Amino acid sequence: MNNKLHLSDHLVLLAGVFFMVTPVLLTFITSTHDAITIYREGVQFLPGDQFLQNYETVLFRAGGFTKEVDGFVMLKNSLILGLGFAIGKIVISMLAAYAIVYFRFPFASLCFWVIFSTLLLPLEVRILPSYEIVQSLGMVNTYSGLIVPLIASATGTFFFRQFFLSVPDELLEAARIDGAGPWKFFKDILVPLSKTMIAAIFIIMFVYGWNQYLWPTLMTTDESLFTLVRGIKQIMQVWVGSQIPAFNEAMALAILAMLPPVIVVIVFQSWFVKGLVESDK
Amino acid sequence: MRQSAVHLSGALMKKVQFQSRTVPFLLLLPQLAIVTIFFLWPAAEAVQSSFYLEDPFGFGATFVGMDNFTDTLTSSDYGRVARFTGVFTFFVTFLSLGIALLLAVKADKVLRGASSYKTLLMWVYAVAPPVAGLIGVLLFDQHVGPITEFFALLGWDMQIGVSFFDTSFAMTVTAVWKQVPVNFIFFLSGLQGISKSVQEAASIDCRSGFRRFWTVTFPLLAPTGFFLLIINITYAFFDTFGIIDVVLKGEPGNNPVTLVYKVYLDGFRGNDLGGSSAQSVILMLLVFILTVIQFRLIERRVHYT
Repeated sequence: MNNKLHLSDHLVLLAGVFFMVTPVLLTFITSTHDAITIYREGVQFLPGDQFLQNYETVLFRAGGFTKEVDGFVMLKNSLILGLGFAIGKIVISMLAAYAIVYFRFPFASLCFWVIFSTLLLPLEVRILPSYEIVQSLGMVNTYSGLIVPLIASATGTFFFRQFFLSVPDELLEAARIDGAGPWKFFKDILVPLSKTMIAAIFIIMFVYGWNQYLWPTLMTTDESLFTLVRGIKQIMQVWVGSQIPAFNEAMALAILAMLPPVIVVIVFQSWFVKGLVESDK
Repeated sequence: MRQSAVHLSGALMKKVQFQSRTVPFLLLLPQLAIVTIFFLWPAAEAVQSSFYLEDPFGFGATFVGMDNFTDTLTSSDYGRVARFTGVFTFFVTFLSLGIALLLAVKADKVLRGASSYKTLLMWVYAVAPPVAGLIGVLLFDQHVGPITEFFALLGWDMQIGVSFFDTSFAMTVTAVWKQVPVNFIFFLSGLQGISKSVQEAASIDCRSGFRRFWTVTFPLLAPTGFFLLIINITYAFFDTFGIIDVVLKGEPGNNPVTLVYKVYLDGFRGNDLGGSSAQSVILMLLVFILTVIQFRLIERRVHYT
């Protein structure tokens, strides 16, 4: 009875794993064949012999889906966006949360509400005016235009506020008795205490920044600033109307675009899960 | 939990605080500057231009009151898109929650290989929506896609990008695939938070595993479920943009689009600034309502623990 129950549990889980893993597996296998084979025979189920060639083309040769840049440049830009967004967000939101939780000052609750009102409106619903403002500031086709407007949402501040509130009050009392000022308390006590939280939110924000699509699509018309995920849009434009679509190179680019965030999530799984579950409490 | 009564109103504060007028403002300055320039200003612009009719040649704008709203809400096109968004949201939410719950319950039960299952079921979280869309385009492709081939055997001739229904189907499957991992992570952590003594008591009282799930486990998971419901609705509304854009290959034609996609289409392609802004404002109200519900649920959820 017990064994039979477990068998059915495993079957359900294996079906779930099949559903989640197969699409990416087929994408990878398809990326190791040449375009004509795929066009003639459909998506492949066994690895081909074009792995090195396809990935070399996508990484180092410009002029497939994009005219001027190769995959390596896009990889670099994705990294800049992911890291810049994650670091910028953590620094800015930690400072803001520190002010909100640890200081008594006039207009504190007004500042609080102004910042947290950003949780109400995703970028997508105010996309056109946002674009126009960033354009009028001359920030189109710059890294700062790509990164800074994305930082405007208060998710990080909210997260750190919740965490700081759970830090025991006695620590501040003790620090003040020892004569520590605001900066010393922040640097020597609060930041070291928050290490795990910082790591967790860094992973979530890195993945979020790396995976941005709509904003980079509008913000970057200059190919030298394209990210890998932005490059997906280019694939679709080149594909429409072409005789034999370069399925192999498109899928190689897709694999490249997902590899770094997937590795980060798998390697730092426990931090990532903790961050995700805690941040929404 | 120490800080169990966390209130969003900020009613709960530290008993001990620093007294300073300048330091907190300096700390808040970067965040407030970014919020003002890149959030408050565009949001205000959206609200303002929703009441104006922009001249197509850029020669100023005329105040038209609520016209943009009435035009939007009464247009048959908007109604069609709103209906599709509703149906799409329902299926994406329902299916991704259902599949994730089933998998989480099973993953919580098994002992052997539990952590491998967990990793294999959650890593797709890191795949960007447009990349998921591209994978969907490949697998549902009319010439090379294995899913299309499979359904052809059953007599269903799928035509993604041509048939409204087939395209919606591909979008929904892709969107569900992308969303299952988040729900799975939350459900599993919710299940693992249920104390062993409760589970043991339940297994003594109730021998049927199925009934035990519905009478004990499911109610205990309800707060997580409600919370995820809002998260999933928000996802289906906004985060599916990348999937839709890629599956449609940027050519919407008569294909299904969501309300958010229409804001983008009318604003950037159609140059209908007033109409697009009115749609933005309608969505703002909707998100506002969802967020208020979400905050209330979060507060309640924290009180439970």
